[in-house]
Amino acid sequence: MTWLANLPVSYAVGLHFDWIFFWHALVRPNSSFLLGFATTIYISIIAMVLAILLGLFLALLRRSRLWPLRAFVGLYIWVVRGTPLLVQLVIVYDGFAALGLFSFNDVTVLGLDIQGVVQAGIVTLAANEAAYMAEIIRAGISSVAIGQSEAGLSLGMTPGQVMRRIVLPQAVRVIIPPLGNDFNAMMKSTSLLATIGVSELFLNAQEINSLTFRTFEIYSVAALYYLALTTLWTLVQSTIESRLQTQVGIQRPPTFRQRLIGVGWRPGSGRLRDSA
Amino acid sequence: MRKHFGPLEVLRGVSLQVGRGEVVVIIGPSGSGKTTFLRCLNHLERIDGGRILINGHLIGYRQRADDRLVEASRRETAQRRSEIGFVFQSFNLFPHMTALMNVACGPLRVKKVSRSIGLQEAADLLVRVGLADKLEARPAHLSGGQQQRVAIARALAMKPTLMLFDEATSALDPEMVGEVLAVMRELAEGGMTMVVVTHEMGFAAEVADRVVMMDQGQIVEQGAPRQVFDAPAQPRTRDFLSKVL
Repeated sequence: MTWLANLPVSYAVGLHFDWIFFWHALVRPNSSFLLGFATTIYISIIAMVLAILLGLFLALLRRSRLWPLRAFVGLYIWVVRGTPLLVQLVIVYDGFAALGLFSFNDVTVLGLDIQGVVQAGIVTLAANEAAYMAEIIRAGISSVAIGQSEAGLSLGMTPGQVMRRIVLPQAVRVIIPPLGNDFNAMMKSTSLLATIGVSELFLNAQEINSLTFRTFEIYSVAALYYLALTTLWTLVQSTIESRLQTQVGIQRPPTFRQRLIGVGWRPGSGRLRDSA
Repeated sequence: MRKHFGPLEVLRGVSLQVGRGEVVVIIGPSGSGKTTFLRCLNHLERIDGGRILINGHLIGYRQRADDRLVEASRRETAQRRSEIGFVFQSFNLFPHMTALMNVACGPLRVKKVSRSIGLQEAADLLVRVGLADKLEARPAHLSGGQQQRVAIARALAMKPTLMLFDEATSALDPEMVGEVLAVMRELAEGGMTMVVVTHEMGFAAEVADRVVMMDQGQIVEQGAPRQVFDAPAQPRTRDFLSKVL
């Protein structure tokens, strides 16, 4: 059997996975990879915050008494949801510049250099997500019983106060689960920004790949980093949700463990269990 | 006052005058327009004809120079509504606030009273409706009767000059009706001006200064409870009373 020991491992098992490279890249990534990871995180967060604000604005605009405003929002949502994010991204960054309409230049804000591509990436992600957020917020608002608004109005609140004090705080409970879902998707969508040259997590993985040709290893590492991010977010989201639920004195939503691996929770039955 | 929903005429010319301190109870079969009438009184529903004056002010509308009515601004309508208490059949407490905040939020947000005064007055009101031990309870943890008493306290917190009750006990289990009616009775005895839509004929007979019988969007008959209940003049009133009593 000595001939077998002399063969390269790759030949014997048909695979070549460089464990040392993999562990090194996973546990001790180089600084630019880490910077890319940080870029992915901060772009996701900033874009999501902007998307929530813009989405709220669009949702409220959609309830306007003026039909042209409602029509504009309808059109916006239709176009943005109906076209791919990747296409929107190249239109905003390359298309607008080529047309001479607008080009994103590097700027310095409070001593921080923000690249044009990063701005374009954030703007596009936010504008795209806002269309989805508008629908989520609208559904949240209409989930609040009409009697709640009437009770606020009959106390003498203005419609704006009713929205801010009565309706939105209750709508948040309905908004958070799909919002969390979308944020999860958004963190992964940031990888598309690699195509316009934003030095985020995925672009750094691609660069390491082209230098080392450890293709499977480095992309696995990138996948694990994304997985860690979304897992962390799942944890944060379930904390927020259970806070909101206990606030109105109703049953707890599925815990982090339950929603991650499904143990002790069957879809559709889990929510009823605690209230029984 | 006139009002229609699409082709359906719900209020076909209803005219009613309520004096200060008077308790008017509106009775009548379902679909007679009682609730719609009450909701028009604080402009939760628009009206299609007529006008509503409370303390000499138009509700929900403004009179133009040529006498035509136009919808008042949101702020104006809100100001008018703040002087009118409304109690709903389904309570409509704010589930994300404690009982205390439910009661205090009107004065705090609308009248902008100071926090300490607002909370103190809210606590006093909850004591008055018998809920001294429920200040920090959420609506989800209160019984129907308790929720409705909080709702009454919430309306009273705005120091209204008129209280409107829309079938305030209809959604309650029978054993809880009494506690809510007791609060309403006490309020009536304290001199509050009240318009009450109810199916509680005992309450109407006992507390009302005047009973108004509505049917098919019109006032059929009105008078002292004695007169309406014991000697109704109209066949429709007799018919209705024979079914409910």
